[in-house]
Order: sequence, then C-alpha cells, then structure tokens
Amino acid sequence: MTTPAISGRPVVDREHSLFLLREMLRIRRFEEKAAEMYSLQKIHGFLHLYIGEEATGVGAMQAFTPDDAIVATYREHGHALARGMPAKVLMAEMFGKATGCSHGHGGSMHFFDVSRRFYGGYAIVGGGLPVAVGLALADKLQNRPSITACYFGDGAVAEGEFHESLNLAALWKLPVVFLCENNLYAMGTALERHQAQTDISRKADSYDLSSSAVDGMDILAVEAAAKQAADFVRSGNGPFLLELRTYRFRAHSMADPDLYRTKQEIEQWRKRDPIVLFESKLRESGLLTDSDIARIESEISAEIDEAVQFAEASPREPVEDLLKDVQGQAAP
Amino acid sequence: MTKMTYREAVRAAMRKALRDDPRVFLMGEDVGRYGGAFAVSLGLLGEFGPERIRDAPLSESAFVGAGIGAALGGMRPIVEIMTVNFSMLAMDQILNNAAALRHMSGGQLGVPLVVRVATGGGRQMAAQHSNSLECWYAHIPGIKVLTPATVVDAYGMLLAALREPDPVFIFEHATLYPMEGEIEETVKAFDISRAAVMQPGKDITLITYGGTLGKTMQAAGRLAGDGIEAEVIDLRTLRPLDTQTILNSVTKTHRAVVIDEAWRTGSFAAEISAQIMENAFDDLDAPVARVCSAETPMPYAKHLEEAALPQVDQIVGAAREMVPRHG
Repeated sequence: MTTPAISGRPVVDREHSLFLLREMLRIRRFEEKAAEMYSLQKIHGFLHLYIGEEATGVGAMQAFTPDDAIVATYREHGHALARGMPAKVLMAEMFGKATGCSHGHGGSMHFFDVSRRFYGGYAIVGGGLPVAVGLALADKLQNRPSITACYFGDGAVAEGEFHESLNLAALWKLPVVFLCENNLYAMGTALERHQAQTDISRKADSYDLSSSAVDGMDILAVEAAAKQAADFVRSGNGPFLLELRTYRFRAHSMADPDLYRTKQEIEQWRKRDPIVLFESKLRESGLLTDSDIARIESEISAEIDEAVQFAEASPREPVEDLLKDVQGQAAP
Repeated sequence: MTKMTYREAVRAAMRKALRDDPRVFLMGEDVGRYGGAFAVSLGLLGEFGPERIRDAPLSESAFVGAGIGAALGGMRPIVEIMTVNFSMLAMDQILNNAAALRHMSGGQLGVPLVVRVATGGGRQMAAQHSNSLECWYAHIPGIKVLTPATVVDAYGMLLAALREPDPVFIFEHATLYPMEGEIEETVKAFDISRAAVMQPGKDITLITYGGTLGKTMQAAGRLAGDGIEAEVIDLRTLRPLDTQTILNSVTKTHRAVVIDEAWRTGSFAAEISAQIMENAFDDLDAPVARVCSAETPMPYAKHLEEAALPQVDQIVGAAREMVPRHG
C-alpha cells in the first residue's frame, strides 16, 4: 500500500459522519470484547472476527431500508450490529444463552433477527446466495418494492452457488445487491491462489450483470457505491454485483495461527484502517473533536459492558427445549 | 369417483393449490414449456403463466435455495427435482439451510417449502437416474419425507404438504406415474402422519413404501395362495415415522419382512428393523428380514436391473422361510 489516503469525497454532514464512525467503532469494540471473552472461555466454537472490514458492512448497510432483506455470512457480527441488532442479544448468543438472538442454537456464526429482516448467518461458504435470490423472488412475485442485500466473501466466488445464483438473479431480473467483501483470503488461501480471474467485479460480465468495485477501506466511497447499486436494483434493472476491496486484520478465526501471510503485509494494510482513516478525515474537516471521540467511546463501552453483563447473567436454554424448534406447528 | 393416473393426480393437486393459493408457484427444470420431464406439469404453464410455472436453469442448488428464500419471503413454492440423483447437487441447501434454519434461528424462521423428487429404478436408466435415496433424506431432522404409493396419496399428500410449516420432500417413484386409480373429488385435508394397513393378515407383516408397494401386494396375493395371510403396511411417510402402526401389526403377526428399493446397507429397512427390535423384540418369532436392492450401482441391461431390484419372488421367498409349515 503506497496510498494511505482515502477519496477526496467531501464530508458535509457532521451528524451522519459521526454516526458512521460510531457504527464502525461499535463493531470494533464489540469484537475486541468478543475475542477477550473467547480467551476467557465464555465464548466457544468458531469466532470469526471482522476487524478491518467495518467500512464495508457499515457503509453498504446505509443503502438499505428496514423493509429490505439482509443475508450475511458466518463473519456477520458487523452486519448484525449495523442492521441494528442490540449488542446484548448477540453477546448472549455467543455465550450460548436463552436470551441470545437464536436462543443459543446458533452461536457466533448464526445470528438471525426476523423482525429486522436479517436472515443470517450462513456458515457454508456461498450458501446464502441462493437464499438471497429466493427472498428477492418472493418480493418480486408479491410486487413488494423491497430489495435484498447479500454479503459474502471472495472465497464464495469459487463456489458453484455464486455462479448459479448470479445467473439466476440476472436471468429473472431479481432485485438483489450482491456485496462481495473481498478481503483477499479464502480462509488461508490468497485470492491469486484460488481465482484465475482476480478482478471479481468482472465475473459479472459472464452473466450480463452490472457491477463495480470500490475501495472497501473508505466508508464514504462504500456508502456511495452501495447506494448507487441499490438505486439501480430498486429501479427494476435487475441485480448488481458490488465488490468491496477490504482486508481482515485478524486471523480467519481464533483457531487460525495466521501462517499464510506476512506481518509486513498486515502492517501495510493496518495503515489503511478504515476507522483511523475516517477519523483523520473528519478531524481534518473540523467535524470531529477529542470530546466527540471520548463521548462515543464511552457510550460504546457502556453498551458492550452491559452486553457482557446481560450475557453473563442470562439463563441457559432448558435442555427440555432441545427439540422445540426442530419442527413448527402445522396450520389448523 | 374419478379415474386418473398417478401423474394426473399430482398435476390435479398442483392445479388445485395454484388456484386456491396465490402464494403457490412451481419451479424446476423443464416444468413449463416442456411440461415436466415426466409430463407431470403438462398444461400448467398455459393456465398459470411463466411467473408461476417457472422454468429454471440446470442449477439445482440455486433453485432449491431460491425456493428456501421464497418460502422465507412468504411464498409457498413447489420445487421439482427431475431425479433424486440430481438432488445431490442441492444437498447443501437442503441439509444446511432448509432443514436447519428453524432450529439454528431459535425458532424465528420456518421454511414452508415442498420439494417433489422423482425417484427409483426399473426403467433401464442405469446408474445415475435410478437410485432410491429417500433414506438419506429421512435421516435429517427438520424435514418431512413423504413417499406416496397410490393415486389417492399422490393427490392428497401433496395438498397436505403445502399446509406444513417446514420443508417437505415428496418422493414420487417414476414407475408409478402411469398407474391408474380412483380418487374422490372431495378429498381435502389429508393425514400424513400415519402409515396405512393396505391388507390385513395374521401370519406375517410385509412393510414397504413407494415403488415397491405394488410388488409387495402381488407377493401377498401369492402368499395367500399358500395359505399365508400377510398384512401389508404402506409406510407413506418416512419422517416422522408412524412406528405404532408397525408395532401393532408385528405384535399380532410376530414376523416382519421389510421391502425397500434402497441398497440394504444403511437402508430405511435397517431403521424399521431396528425399531422393531427395540420395541417388539419379545414378540418376534423370527428375525426381521429385509428385501432390498443389490449392492451395486444400477446396471442398464434389463435382466441385470431386474436382478438388482427387489422382486416379488424374493419377497415371497423371504416370507415363506419365516412362516412355519407353509407347505
């Protein structure tokens, strides 16, 4: 990385800018706390941190209304928080408690919130894409104006479901915004080691699909590109593929020793930390003061402390309910 | 009473569902212009149009997944998969999403999706179009597995499936499509929770489902000629399994043969056998017998395919061995 700057896009709206910064920080602090709780063995199983990718989740989420549907991956803490899910139900879910969003059935990889049309939480790479296509089909068949946002990573691009889903969505002109968060690694396999064509946005050409790529470390650029993509889809032009070029600062999961990339590479990318970049930009523009940051950090800290206390104090799902949610009740 | 084929019964059920409920639509390979690989949906495109009779590309994973998403979005999709072998291409969506979403989301999401799958051998379609893999599906909690073996069930079970809040897989044995039967036009709600005693008997219980019901009924007829009264049970639904009907019969006859077109190893017949052993061991006068397919990929040549599939002679033979003094 030789250009640590971000786009020259002017920042005008102080309130909205502080909101974006706050949302990114909220995810960052939540995940730092989650990592700590994992080390303390309060959280088990897989924990995939999003740290470094906050601008893609938060920026793109601004393009969607509460009526739109969201589909995400197993690295979805950021998407869930950006969609408005309370930190405490997410923390409780990871603690395996009954008060978790999925009653402790899902854990870190399977957050759901039907009231926010947040359809989860898919831990088979590429597995969420066909579901997103179907959600969009349901909207189209019922003449609803909603659209569907589908987040996935660069690893999913190697799966057949990516290609099948893009083709199907394009063929049927379905309202889906495909959001590829390209963090350059499919677990430990670098993009150039798993893709013959490393420009992911170009894959859309095969399906006669519109696409673009954007710097995923620049939240304003992400927000603008996502709004453009969402407007395009909302206007009935069919789906859109937006590639968000980002980087994951932490290992793939807490179980990953991170042997497949160099420390120098990570350090170079850290210079483009989306939170640091945006914060500097806001300071340069005179929109952010030390007291703003102190206030935001303190509010977030209180929310996350409360989340941990809530998770800690919550009851576990009774074992008697083990089979309760396997099947639903038939219509009378 | 109306006389119709199994194929027409499935079509009639779909037509009724499409007319009665605007949320219902059909999606799959060649279901529209072609009329369905087995002509099940023939004519529906003209009546309901391409939005509701939706030809899909050869993307089993995407269109089954799209069925899941559409169900989450408030629709009542019927997805047709041309053969059970092709359904392997959608297994990720079926196992990891359709069956798991309700539980994984803490009960927030239900997937009211109906998937119709043609299954089974006997048509010289060789190794990649002839399998009977219903037991793989019946292994999965979170879905229901129906195996209609009669014209009445072909109609009624589909309508019942559309009332379920969770994914339902309906396995239609492809040799049954031309079979004729009579159904009452007033068939409405249909019980899919019970097995059916197709023929009462006191000497032995023959348990089967789907494509082997006909062969089993023939076998029972031949056994009657020997003075052996066989009770025939059509399981109808593999998951959830109506164990009680099986046990009621076996505690009466004390003998059971399970006839299943799947390979013997790990078959649904093995599950039935285990259920009987666990719950009625002391009532048995003989070990439970199984008549299943030979452990080979399905051969093409007619004589070889016949040798690979369960046949009436084998069913009769297995039953005769178990019933003493049959003459």
